[in-house]
Amino acid sequence: MDPSSLLQYLITGLTLGSTYGLTALGFTIIFNTTGVINFAQGEFVMLGGMMSVYFTRVLGLGEPVAVVLAVVGATVAGALVERLAIRPVRDCPTINLIIITIGVSILIRGLAMLAWGKDTHVLEPFSGDRPIMVLGAAVMPQALWVLAVSLLLLAGLKAFFSGTIHGKAMLACSHDPKAASLVGIGVQRMVLLSFMISALVGAVGGVILTPITMTSYDVGIMLGLKGFAACILGGLGNPFGAAAGGVILGVLESLGAGFVSSAYKDALAFVILLALLFVKPSGLFGLKDTKRV
Amino acid sequence: MKAAKWVVALVVTLLSGGQVLAADAIRIGAIFSVTGPASFLGEPERNTLVMLQDKVNAAGGVNGQQVEVIVYDDESDVNKCVMAAKKLLDQDGVSVVIGPSISGNTLAISKFFSSAEVPLVSCAAAEKIVKPVDPWVFNTPQLDRHAVTKILQNAKAKGFSKLAILTVSDGYGQAGRAVLNELIPAGGFQLVADEVYGPKDTDMTAQLTKIKGASPDAIICWGTNPGPAVVARNRVQLGLTTPLYMSHGVASDKFIELAGDAAEGLILPAGRLVAVDLVPADHPQKPVLDAYVADYAKAYNAPVSSFGGYAHDAFALVLEAVRKGGSAKAADIRDNLEKIAGFAGVSGVYTYGPENHNGLDESAFIMVTIKNGTWNVTE
Repeated sequence: MDPSSLLQYLITGLTLGSTYGLTALGFTIIFNTTGVINFAQGEFVMLGGMMSVYFTRVLGLGEPVAVVLAVVGATVAGALVERLAIRPVRDCPTINLIIITIGVSILIRGLAMLAWGKDTHVLEPFSGDRPIMVLGAAVMPQALWVLAVSLLLLAGLKAFFSGTIHGKAMLACSHDPKAASLVGIGVQRMVLLSFMISALVGAVGGVILTPITMTSYDVGIMLGLKGFAACILGGLGNPFGAAAGGVILGVLESLGAGFVSSAYKDALAFVILLALLFVKPSGLFGLKDTKRV
Repeated sequence: MKAAKWVVALVVTLLSGGQVLAADAIRIGAIFSVTGPASFLGEPERNTLVMLQDKVNAAGGVNGQQVEVIVYDDESDVNKCVMAAKKLLDQDGVSVVIGPSISGNTLAISKFFSSAEVPLVSCAAAEKIVKPVDPWVFNTPQLDRHAVTKILQNAKAKGFSKLAILTVSDGYGQAGRAVLNELIPAGGFQLVADEVYGPKDTDMTAQLTKIKGASPDAIICWGTNPGPAVVARNRVQLGLTTPLYMSHGVASDKFIELAGDAAEGLILPAGRLVAVDLVPADHPQKPVLDAYVADYAKAYNAPVSSFGGYAHDAFALVLEAVRKGGSAKAADIRDNLEKIAGFAGVSGVYTYGPENHNGLDESAFIMVTIKNGTWNVTE
């Protein structure tokens, strides 16, 4: 095993992991406000990617305009999900809401399939597809975009949740909605806001990821699942944990494929995930008292 | 209620193409996965069959008999497929059945046909359907074996000896992997790496890095879109110059769109339907291909797919058997199918026999290279 191969596995894992981490970030926002795990998060990612493909290919808009429109469109979709599917049943137990998000994800996927067909689409990478060579290993410019955007979103979310009154209000809602409303927080408004922000984060991810992962109506299933696993690994509700969990999962898969067997790489990654959760059920960076589902 | 009856009557009239069918019409059953996950197979197959039925009947039928096609949708579900097969055999009294679209469904129903003594002409590609030969079961698509043979002939001509394979972990990839594992050593090649990726994977650089370490002369990738496009892109990104062969599973313009510049120089076996323009005018398949492409475009305003071609050939072969034998009885159709030789369809030139119920060989494929974003014949 030469060192450049090892480096290539690590870089591949980092690229792969940042796609999981970026999806995982979206989970934390809604969870932090409502305690609900939104299984339609992968669909927000898909909407971001598919809409930017639609706007550039079919409507012929320039890429920057298309990207902005796609992100706005997905944010509106997030708001609609909250108003139409979550708010009417807001007094139900959390588990019911989680199951509703699974239904919502199937609905969004079906609508996307009817609207845009079953084909796979691709966006051009933002800064070309000429790899940067680092000590004999290839790094794609788009992977750097993904890493940079993930870090930016991470910093933004951290600042939002610990530094702004809205962010703190959202956290308060997750701890105790009744107490939060007693101190004057508009709980429903916060929930709506959390769906919009997480749809926005998901859609930004979808746009940045599409040049790497390609996109189709059902791409959200895999991204959502891996993103959720990344959240669990890092500790639910912690944006930093979600991003780190994604990267760890990606590196495990890549090393598994490289050193053990590419046929069992997913199994290998999930076996390690399970083993870790036996030892530390709250996830790597989760707090002991974190409310879990 | 009354309105509903009128709607039903209207639909029935529309479906039968407005034709009054003669009492002694040749009844051909068909089962396709028109909806469900395999609808990309079943939909063009159904469309093709309906189109051909109208065309044949407008031209006066076969041996003076009209053709009546009864199509059922199995919704890509094996149970629905079994029910449809029973209905065709027990109630509709068809003399031959075309389909199903999927290999699993074909294998689930094929055993009914020998006891019912009705021939089945499947549009699914699995080798198990025709090997060992069941006297009543035929199929029309090219086999994986033919594609692998074609690739290995090309590799041998180029003097390659060490080969690596990268296959997808779904049914298509695993069937291909089994054939590759059998034919590569048998052809005198050395298999230096055998890697696998998942159908939804988005990055194959780990597998390619491992393959690079084994320094093969060429890589063979076996999968359907979008995986192979990712493999093609990752190969360029890693700066690999090892030649890359693809399977016939990606022989469509969609692959070139997805892989972009990374598709340049890739070599793959393709049916002639993919590159109709490249088929020379004196090739026996040329008139069949031209007619199918033109008819389909006129009827549905859509491009043809190789899957519709499988249904086209099944229908054409059945009619040829009826025409040649002068009989539309189930047993006679079976006997006469086995006598068909050198019959040009859209997927290849068919020669059936008692021991050969697929009818094609590797000449059903041509090797194409992707150059400047389009297909070029390499041989």
